[in-house]
Amino acid sequence: MAVNYLYPEYEVARNYDRCIACRVCERQCANEVHEYLPDANKMTCDDSKCVNCHRCVSLCPTRALKIVRSGNTYKENANWSRKTIDELYKQAGTGGVLLSSMGNPEDYPVYFDKLLLNASQVTNPSIDPLREPMETTVFLGAKPQDIRRDNFGRLLTDIPPHLKLSMPVMFSAMSYGSISYNAHESLARASEALGIFYNTGEGGLHEDFYKYGKNTIVQVASGRFGVHKDYLNSGAAIEIKMGQGAKPGIGGHLPGHKIVGDVSRTRMIPEGSDAISPAPHHDIYSIEDLRQLVFSLKEASNYTKPVIVKIAAVHNVSAIASGIARSGADIVAIDGFRGGTGAAPTRIRDNVGIPVELALASVDKQLRDEGIRDNVSIVVGGGIRSSADVIKAVALGADCVYIGTAALMALGCHLCRSCHGGKCNWGIATQVPKLTKRLNPNIGFKRLVNLMTAWQHEIKEMMGGMGINSIESLKGNRLMLRGVGLNEKELEILGVKYAGE
Amino acid sequence: MRISAGRLDFKELNKRVKAAPGNVEIEECYGQRFIGSGLSGKTVIINGTPGNALGAYLDGATIIVNGNAQDAVGDTMNDGRIIVDGSAGDALGYAMRGGRIFVRGSAGYRTGIHMKQYQEKKPVIVVGGRVGSFLGEYLAGGLIVVLGLAGESESQSAPVGNFTGTGMHGGLLFIRTEQALENLPAQVWAQDAKSTDLEIIVPYVNEFAEYFKMDAAEILQGRFQVLRPNAKNPYHQLYTAN
Ligand code: SF4
Ligand code: SF4
Ligand code: SF4
Repeated sequence: MAVNYLYPEYEVARNYDRCIACRVCERQCANEVHEYLPDANKMTCDDSKCVNCHRCVSLCPTRALKIVRSGNTYKENANWSRKTIDELYKQAGTGGVLLSSMGNPEDYPVYFDKLLLNASQVTNPSIDPLREPMETTVFLGAKPQDIRRDNFGRLLTDIPPHLKLSMPVMFSAMSYGSISYNAHESLARASEALGIFYNTGEGGLHEDFYKYGKNTIVQVASGRFGVHKDYLNSGAAIEIKMGQGAKPGIGGHLPGHKIVGDVSRTRMIPEGSDAISPAPHHDIYSIEDLRQLVFSLKEASNYTKPVIVKIAAVHNVSAIASGIARSGADIVAIDGFRGGTGAAPTRIRDNVGIPVELALASVDKQLRDEGIRDNVSIVVGGGIRSSADVIKAVALGADCVYIGTAALMALGCHLCRSCHGGKCNWGIATQVPKLTKRLNPNIGFKRLVNLMTAWQHEIKEMMGGMGINSIESLKGNRLMLRGVGLNEKELEILGVKYAGE
Repeated sequence: MRISAGRLDFKELNKRVKAAPGNVEIEECYGQRFIGSGLSGKTVIINGTPGNALGAYLDGATIIVNGNAQDAVGDTMNDGRIIVDGSAGDALGYAMRGGRIFVRGSAGYRTGIHMKQYQEKKPVIVVGGRVGSFLGEYLAGGLIVVLGLAGESESQSAPVGNFTGTGMHGGLLFIRTEQALENLPAQVWAQDAKSTDLEIIVPYVNEFAEYFKMDAAEILQGRFQVLRPNAKNPYHQLYTAN
């Protein structure tokens, strides 16, 4: 037998004084880590299969379990970390391209954590959101450039189509197929209850969810799965996916074993066949080509819906965004390198793209400098973890944010980063019926509503502290931000002063 | 209803086409784009040259072009027919899922990329002349027939360019040529069409010949090669879970 170079990353620590051998953990772990030994009436386990998703830990009735980092040490050094060594051994053993999931986990700067907010003291009063109205409503879409009147001097109000949101947060694109039916239902119902939007991702829209259409953004990606006229007209907006923060420059690939039942029906492709989204749209090689897709979608939807163009945050993002703002699109969405994914090659996820904070700041500045900022709204995603990140993103120039990972965590995701395996123990990134039923949409939707309600309160509180009573007046208001631990170039790109200045 | 397109802006023209109660005949079409987006339930005859993205998301309508068409004809088409009595540009039938496209002349690069089929929906493209490179890339379903009826060049080289069928994982490509097909990618498996294979295309060749007043039997006499995918999960072996 070949020597296995890999040593398990995690160990299952079971307190046998507490374990009553109820076998709950065995039933809950789709990775088959736990096993009951009838002769000994005792549980045993295979640590090597554990992905540290905490499902068994959360469900063990006697709290007998915890997962610990394995104490075993490679002879690591500053150059060769455990991750690097493990990955090398895996590839030498299999010859495969490394496949991972969720967002870039590496130790790159998180600029949101180096930005601090302002608050009013003495000279301008802060506002108490419990006493006074605070406006968090935002409108997304192209803003008219000038005021137009008819021959009788009456205001012409036929502005381009807009999305109206109760707060500047939306659930980002996650396809049915990459996540489960129950996860989609939770997102759809929460969006309806909150007055915000969720995004179908590129896997089409399940027939049961057409009824949430007014809170749905339908996506069109290079694979065009499930895209047809009714789909385009079922949502409130149409998003063209050009790129994704977790894997800029490469396409998607939902393996055939996930194309089953309703997923196959919704994508409109046969069961078991791979769903391949080519890296580029092969009909878009220029901004002019993009304009063509934007307008073909507008024609197909009779100009009733805003069109979003989503790109990954990459090196020349501001020039690209400028092109998009001139393409006829109504909204540009920028996805940072922390953005999650159901599957991406590890090397791409960990090495391609840039932080969304820098991308946002430079796009907002570029569009302002060119006088085309009002052509589009800016939505940013890929790295938004809290209401503070939302506020900071708005102050850096965003109209709204997308959250993906944070929303999944509200549904129970424990960031085990094993979505690509298709055996999500929390019933999210899986299509296995016995796993998907673990996510109860009645609870899931409530938890999403809770999370957003809490964020909305916090957003109001932070706005009030700054003496701002409407989120619109915070947009691009970088004077409300100060940097710490940043160098001059970073401050310049972010357009903020250093704390104390 | 007749509409003279002339110098009408595409938005205005398309508004009128959609609003027209029945069939529409467009005269003097000078490159207006997006004609017939998502259209169903009527026939549109176009005299002249429609612009890019003709019949995108087409949903059951019939479009007849008496002239050439430009790029992205039938993008993501779901159902219906597009008949071009001339040639078509690049990206013909991109990601098409259903319906049929017939082009009498030739088509450009990237014809039928990422076409797919689903249950009763099976898209078909028949091109009378030649096509450019990247024919049927990522093909996931449906049928593409290239007849190579292109005059003199017919005998000199195969009527397709490079990279035919790269990444193909479903569907069928039929190419009528006496020439050997060279440089096919590993995902594609080519052989001479057997009579059982030819039965698949007979109805579409007949339909093509009927539209353009040609002799179907004569066309079917030629040597057809059929290209199939080697596997429906071509990238399966590529990855290691990390
Ligand atoms: S769930 Fe807890 S108590 Fe039950 S067998 Fe597992 S470790 Fe023991
Ligand atoms: S994979 Fe999850 S459920 Fe299984 S043992 Fe590890 S933590 Fe527990
Ligand atoms: S969605 Fe599921 S598989 Fe993916 S990281 Fe979260 S818990 Fe793990």
